[in-house]
Amino acid sequence: MNAIEMRHVSFAYGSAKNGPTAKKALDDISLAVESGGITGLIGHTGSGKSTLVQMINGLLKPDEGEVLLDGVNIWAEPKKIRQFRFKAGLVMQYPEYQLFAETVAEDIAFGPKNMGLEKDELDRRVREAARFAGLADDLLQKSPFDLSGGQKRRAALAGVIAMRPKILILDEPAAGLDPAGRRDILGGIKRFSRESGTTVLIVSHSMEDMAMYCDDIIVMAHAKILMHKPTAEVFSDWEQLASVGLDVPLITRVAAALIENGVDIGRDVYTVDYAVGKVRELLGENPES
Amino acid sequence: MKPIIKAENLVFTYPGDEEQKPVKALDGVSFEIPEGSFTAILGHNGSGKSTLAKLLCLINLPDRGRLWIDGREMTADDVTEAEILAARREVGMVFQNPDNQIVATIVEEDVAFGCENLGLPPAEIRRRVDEALADVGMTEFARNPSYKLSGGQKQHVAIAGTIAMRRRCVIFDESTAMLDPVGRREVMDIIEKLNHEEGITVLIITHHMNEAARADRILVMNGGRIIADGSPSAVFGEPERMWEAGLDVPQTTEFAYKLRELGIKVPLDLFDPADCAEAVAKAVLEKRGGARREAGS
Amino acid sequence: MKSDITFGQYVEGNSVIHRLDPRVKIVISLVYIVAIFLAKSVTAFILLTVSSAVFVVMTGISPRLILRSMKPLLFIIIFTAVINLFFMTGENPVFEWRFIHIYREGIINACLIVLRIVLLITATSVFLTYTTTPLALTDALEQLLSPLKKLHVPVHEFSMMMTIALRFIPTLIDETQKIINAQTARGADFTSGGLIKRGKALVPILIPLFISAFRRADELATAMECRCYTGGEGRTRMNTLKSKPKDWVFFFCILLLTAGIVLLNIFFPLYTVLK
Repeated sequence: MNAIEMRHVSFAYGSAKNGPTAKKALDDISLAVESGGITGLIGHTGSGKSTLVQMINGLLKPDEGEVLLDGVNIWAEPKKIRQFRFKAGLVMQYPEYQLFAETVAEDIAFGPKNMGLEKDELDRRVREAARFAGLADDLLQKSPFDLSGGQKRRAALAGVIAMRPKILILDEPAAGLDPAGRRDILGGIKRFSRESGTTVLIVSHSMEDMAMYCDDIIVMAHAKILMHKPTAEVFSDWEQLASVGLDVPLITRVAAALIENGVDIGRDVYTVDYAVGKVRELLGENPES
Repeated sequence: MKPIIKAENLVFTYPGDEEQKPVKALDGVSFEIPEGSFTAILGHNGSGKSTLAKLLCLINLPDRGRLWIDGREMTADDVTEAEILAARREVGMVFQNPDNQIVATIVEEDVAFGCENLGLPPAEIRRRVDEALADVGMTEFARNPSYKLSGGQKQHVAIAGTIAMRRRCVIFDESTAMLDPVGRREVMDIIEKLNHEEGITVLIITHHMNEAARADRILVMNGGRIIADGSPSAVFGEPERMWEAGLDVPQTTEFAYKLRELGIKVPLDLFDPADCAEAVAKAVLEKRGGARREAGS
Repeated sequence: MKSDITFGQYVEGNSVIHRLDPRVKIVISLVYIVAIFLAKSVTAFILLTVSSAVFVVMTGISPRLILRSMKPLLFIIIFTAVINLFFMTGENPVFEWRFIHIYREGIINACLIVLRIVLLITATSVFLTYTTTPLALTDALEQLLSPLKKLHVPVHEFSMMMTIALRFIPTLIDETQKIINAQTARGADFTSGGLIKRGKALVPILIPLFISAFRRADELATAMECRCYTGGEGRTRMNTLKSKPKDWVFFFCILLLTAGIVLLNIFFPLYTVLK
């Protein structure tokens, strides 16, 4: 079954809803994301990514069309929308600015508490989430405001993981972090997805990160979905990406230039290690050796 | 050329309290920044980059060590308040969060803010503001409220503010970190233009290796010290050292480095994908040709 | 290029009144308010009503919009009218029933008082809130009050605070929405439960908002220092307000009007009952 499905979803923001200048933020979007795995969502600022994300989590209601999680229409009973917010956990951009509780543990427990969970289960959830997010146990009793930038980010991430969402949506989870911090947080998310079977949707501008961590990628442009394909196929279509002002990873541009220079490395190169392997193949070496 | 900034053995420690231990953010940093140069400072979070930037803008003074701005020692015992203010006129800073550095609602009034603080005559301010806005391509937004601009445009406004003050040195403290790729590219283009065309000394602090590769010189910080100082080619030429410091190298360098391990001799410092591909293609075709000749003979 | 400051009650426009020097507008509204309070006779009120109507037409703002601004004050208007109607004594009783005595003076007074409040609101709307941006008002106040600086009144600091507050209102509104979204995504519920439960539900919004506001304030202070801000002393302004001849013409018209009202009070004291 598809973890996320959208059928002909359209949406416009308040002031743009009516009238001749009506500008849609989402224009007849249909999509299906399989359960498990990491899907990337890329697109220009203003292409509709954030709106799409808030649609999946039920923060926004479509003007037209249906949003289904695990095959259930989330707006079938509007009063029960909260249960879908627990199902599709959303980590917004710079989530560390939303920390508020006295201790890290209390902050992580906020979501599960809203779900109605009690003492022991709450404790278990907090510990489990902290472990997935890479937070050491001794940080749990500290004030969230005494943590370092990277730790705050992880505490906020743990707060959503603790709800054990079936789908985890992250908006620029690595923004503003240094290279090691990016690797830590994205690596942690990948591990979490593999171990728990959670479907992950990452919104990011960093093509290099997307190439490293995503199984497939959705490209949005002008309130529509331009393509939704496996990562290699998306980046091999660099002409179409460029046509909507999107970049490809630097290594893909190297590969493109290599093809021009008569070295047929293939269009589907999007990570350095894969490119190196391809070169070895070209030289007639067995990549396994 | 004469240095606009000279630092000798700077030490700075954030004082602690009951709960937090004092943090030594800078532990003996020395360098010179020649006038008109373009330097990038790299380092993981907490390596001391931003602390250094705050010292160079005279927001903080070092605990120990000596600092000269434009030939005048700011750490001397006899330095006056007026001299520090005068030095602050020369060295400006553009910060990370565009929202938290814009003072006035209307774009042109914000650009004027610095000049107004300098006490310039209104007509002169007007001229400089118009020029600065034209320089960053924001003339059409002069009378707009800043909150409706994109992040990149807000950074353009902040840059116009320092241009209008005719500063000779501008420090960009992760000024592109919160921007999308388009905004980031536009801001980097403006920074490069400032340096190349106006001769303004530029220091950028960044986490993006491809931005650092555009500078003439890179300083790498780790643990409050400078661990590497040289041209992008020299600094990225030793990827192991960068990885050890929790940093990255551009993908072209990583690619070349890994090809070298396979015995394919390609230079590490070709940051442009086309240059890199050309060198790799040449080396690969040569090697393949060589292998065929061997097989043939 | 027009600027659109959407907060406050400012209505976009390019009328003569919109374009008056904001300092002149502040002074004019003060003088006009004095004139409204000086008016004591029906004749004076007729003059005021006519002139106010002329001003409204001049701004090009729909009268309905100005009437709407009186809605929040409706209770006070009705309350004062009722008080005057029932408790004003006079010589010409109109209606008597048990303890209720209504006099002609009471009716006239109630009408005039209502009219006075309506005129006050109209005047401030027309000259200040609807035709002048909060930013222009702040600048004008700073310049008008600048003589007070000699008495060590922190006029510049006050105006800088206003400027920054106005600048950060949209940013903070934006931020509040983001935090509400984030906490809603974690299942926070702001719409159900009693007063205490709802109050508690605000904590996860208010704390991050305060912390963020302090962080912003801190960063802004550093940025201002970096831009050589050292307070009001030695500071100049790019846009200094300059009054044009038409500002003075308008100013004198209002002065004439006020003089007219005083004269009408004295020479045509028709139903002068207001005390």
